[in-house]
Amino acid sequence: MNITEKILARASGKTKVSPDDVIFANVDKVMMHDVSGPGVIAVFEKLKKTGMKIEKLWNPEKVWVAEDHFVPAADKISAQNVVLLTQFTKEYGVEKHFKYGMGQYGICHTLSHEEAMVLPGEVYVGGDSHTNTTGALGAFAAGLGHTDVAYVLLNGKIWFKVPETIYFKINGKLPDYVMAKDLILKIIGDIGTDGGAYKTMQFGGSGVSEMSVEERLTLTNMTTEAGAKSGIIEPDQKLRDYLAQRGATNYSEVHGDPDAQYEKIHEYEASELDPIVAKPFSPENITIARELSSVSLDKAYIGSCTGAKLEDLRAVAKIFKGRTVKIRTEILPAAISIFRKAMDEGLVKIFMDAGAMVGPPTCGACCGAHMGVLAKDEVCISTTNRNFPGRMGHVESKTYLASPLVAAASAIAGKITDPRDIK
Amino acid sequence: MKGSVIKYERDNIDTDVILPGPYLKIHDYNELAKHAMEGIDKDFHKKVKPGDFIVAGKNFGCGSSREHAPIALSYSGVKAVLALSFARIFYRNAVDGAFLLPIEIEEDTYKDISEGDQLEIETSKNEIRNITKNTTYKIKPFPELIGKIIAAGGLFNYKP
Repeated sequence: MNITEKILARASGKTKVSPDDVIFANVDKVMMHDVSGPGVIAVFEKLKKTGMKIEKLWNPEKVWVAEDHFVPAADKISAQNVVLLTQFTKEYGVEKHFKYGMGQYGICHTLSHEEAMVLPGEVYVGGDSHTNTTGALGAFAAGLGHTDVAYVLLNGKIWFKVPETIYFKINGKLPDYVMAKDLILKIIGDIGTDGGAYKTMQFGGSGVSEMSVEERLTLTNMTTEAGAKSGIIEPDQKLRDYLAQRGATNYSEVHGDPDAQYEKIHEYEASELDPIVAKPFSPENITIARELSSVSLDKAYIGSCTGAKLEDLRAVAKIFKGRTVKIRTEILPAAISIFRKAMDEGLVKIFMDAGAMVGPPTCGACCGAHMGVLAKDEVCISTTNRNFPGRMGHVESKTYLASPLVAAASAIAGKITDPRDIK
Repeated sequence: MKGSVIKYERDNIDTDVILPGPYLKIHDYNELAKHAMEGIDKDFHKKVKPGDFIVAGKNFGCGSSREHAPIALSYSGVKAVLALSFARIFYRNAVDGAFLLPIEIEEDTYKDISEGDQLEIETSKNEIRNITKNTTYKIKPFPELIGKIIAAGGLFNYKP
């Protein structure tokens, strides 16, 4: 069995599972946020109206809650949703609730690794499609809707069809100025936005071993854009060190067997990659950055679980140092802990010296919620994950998806720019 | 069940157009219905009738996990979406929450069905009758567990 099959077998009390088997897996961790949480609460209310008694959760210690989409509260309704979440976690005794304005908080997927909320070998589900991100920690991590999260909160398990796994073997090292974001955009461009549908996308090979944990998280994060059920990377010493720095040392790793089966294996030579951009209106609509050098921009957005981790911010600072932006540029670190590190390392000063705006952690404009959404015809380069019509604002705005390096170089030039071409 | 067709001849109809992001903070199901399909069809709310079916291409419901998407369609009156394929979270949200039926159709069926056609869907017989065109299409049976959850009326009513 491969790693995903072994995790799901262990979680469902079976010695062996195969693709297409339907199982009920015991869940180790479940997460909801200020959008899915109120949705789950609505499901609870509906269930209570049918006469169901809900007095407690299956295990409040395995539940954690983030505030990220519409926070700091964007308006009255968003504020009310945060109040609802707060009442819910109090009523049901959920202690791991990351509240904005009270120390650490941030985008749920970022907290999953920054706070080591999920550990290798675990089954983790979250009320958000980018839950796949956390698979870079060697866990099975999949997104669910409100009804399913409510079911997990009450029963501690959920059904899955055991997925086929597509293995992406990455050879060699990414060149300077090329990031994991470029690689995953290239992969999505090759296989399409349904190329991983219902499947697991697993990444391995020397190229992945070379990558930092944060860069690996960018790969698994965007498996969602290929329709995948989950993305996963097997644990190694780099991951163990990363988790140990966050106080997590006690877990039970799972690794694939030597004879593990994969539906398909795709190989990529990392050294041959160029900076890539996905044009509107799909993450699969890719081309190399240099071919878009005539595209003028109105705005650069550096944020989200995909593109505002510490190393993403370091990449931006590398380009911004000693330069100034030509277009509106917003930088929203993905969690308070990352914001603080960026400050301590002097990155925030570089951003402000360059003229960029630095704001609080939030999903913000990535999902068109608030904090810099786009107007009709506005053109944005963004380190986020989706560029569907209307994703970041007006349906006739345009978003180009790129790495933090490409977004930063483009912010300096005012048009789409390969970071290798910045003067 | 019987209804008429609203057809979108495109692939990858994502949840950001089915129910745009700014409405994610809303959890009043009838209010969500007012904004269904707003990202690609501003008139959807006016033209949709109770019992209607949506017909679309592949990978329907891709993108975000928002259950708001099947909720908005369901509370607009849509009873089923007929598509070449579905994104996984939309599919399980539709089934587990008992909001609507996600029915996979063949390429020929997709091409043959037109906007406004009257259809009768009989999942027990695995077929769709096109009353307007006087023809019948075969559909694949639901996978076993999905069929049981649908029959139970959603995941919470299903007893494993």
